[in-house]
Amino acid sequence: MKYLILIYSNPESRKIWDGFSDAQRAEGYRYYAALNEDLSASGEMIVSEALADPSLAKRVSVREGRTMTTDGPFAEVKEHLAGFFLLECENIERAVEHAARVPEAELGLVEVRPVLDLSGFGL
Amino acid sequence: MRTAPEVEGLLRELAPQVLGALVRRYGGFDTCEDAVQEALLAAAVQWPTDGVPGNPKGWLITVASRRRIELWRNDSARRHREETAASLAPPHPEPVPAVDDTLTLLLLCCHPALTLVSQVALTLRAVGGLSTAEIARAFLVPEATVAQRISRAKQRIKVSGAEFRMPPQAERSERIAAVLHVLYLIFNEGYTASSGSALHRVELTTEAIRLTRQLRDRLPEDGEVAGLLALMLLTDARRPARTRPDGGLVPLAEQDRRRWDAQAIAEGITLITETLASAPIGPYQLQAAIAAVHDEAARAEDTDWRQILGLYELLHSSAPGPMVTLNRIVAVAMVHGPRAGLRELAAAEADPGLAGHHRVDAVRAHLLDIAGDQSAARAYYQLAARRTLSVPEQRYLESRAAQLTPPDRP
Repeated sequence: MKYLILIYSNPESRKIWDGFSDAQRAEGYRYYAALNEDLSASGEMIVSEALADPSLAKRVSVREGRTMTTDGPFAEVKEHLAGFFLLECENIERAVEHAARVPEAELGLVEVRPVLDLSGFGL
Repeated sequence: MRTAPEVEGLLRELAPQVLGALVRRYGGFDTCEDAVQEALLAAAVQWPTDGVPGNPKGWLITVASRRRIELWRNDSARRHREETAASLAPPHPEPVPAVDDTLTLLLLCCHPALTLVSQVALTLRAVGGLSTAEIARAFLVPEATVAQRISRAKQRIKVSGAEFRMPPQAERSERIAAVLHVLYLIFNEGYTASSGSALHRVELTTEAIRLTRQLRDRLPEDGEVAGLLALMLLTDARRPARTRPDGGLVPLAEQDRRRWDAQAIAEGITLITETLASAPIGPYQLQAAIAAVHDEAARAEDTDWRQILGLYELLHSSAPGPMVTLNRIVAVAMVHGPRAGLRELAAAEADPGLAGHHRVDAVRAHLLDIAGDQSAARAYYQLAARRTLSVPEQRYLESRAAQLTPPDRP
């Protein structure tokens, strides 16, 4: 089963990150690198990415066949998606186990979503 | 000259034999398996153009042996820089020992030290002769993921001290059960995912049936091996009728039964009939018997639901599980009416394995539909569609809901 682990960012988590010393940040990157390595080594990792700042995002809308974009940031959004892991795990409990290792989980900013698949139902 | 698919079939047949010969000769399952994989890839490229060599198995063993030495050299240069003359002796075409290692290999690939996904990947590569890329395409995961699973699986085999030999008699039935489970999963994956883009996907159902046939050749007396093969044949026989041209799934009751594979059904029915008469009964045999009863009905309304209910009762007491519970309730409803089924469903829902499961909603919707309660049926079909993790099932449930009259538009 595939599971998406979504990691959100909010003003509180950004404040913590901004308040980190260089050494603390380096430690944070090392921690993430180790997590990535473990998930690859176990054969469960499919892909993981960290997303660029939402101020670089473009919102896309199509009206009468014309594509228009609006630049971020979208003021109303306090919490945004900051990164994700797409994993292949035996079950959701296993995916939750991995999700719990993401540091943002301490702030309640991590979510596990099952991915729809093509598995059927004995017909 | 043989075509690429013919060569592919030959290679898959020879893969476990070549691997068995190599492991017997040199030991070291891990390196031998990599070497055989490379020999198979080389043959897949050369044989369709240059022709199949006179002794294809000997060719593969020779090429794999050479490759093994190279791999071994790289490995040992890195680790200990010492070589033993014996293990580096140049390969020469010795007579291949007339032993069949397929069963030993299957048992090793499904070793209890491995996770289920690793067992599946390793079985398909080491016994099925599939490449990492083919396995990745079949399971819709990146090649690197499959490669990682295989190398990790082989590492675990090494660490666990598992050896390339038949396990002691006392462990055998448990180990064979693990192999059957893996083959069943491979079949199911192929069967249920066949509605997806099948263009470059290995036919996992065909592979599973082929491997189960091989297992049956080695264990002709085992009733559950025969039962699983019969179940696969009887289920796969419906494949031509189970998808619409748009990829949507057609439920059993609505399939055009003239399109079922009569030959596969005949083989499956003969097999399960003989097995039930001679072997101790088991869950795969019971499931095959249920599939046989469905396949024997010329029209859905001719289905012998009493017999199916009896078989589910047996399955429910010998190998209980949430899906068996639900399928049994459907049979209850078909024999004793939808209200009887709904009553049992309400009771069954207390089972923690079923509480909140979307299949409960789907079965409830189906039974309400038969009972004539359209608006409730619609609501439960919609609820089940929201909760399923399967795209084809979601489409099916949504279309069932859409066919029922919405409450506000009579």
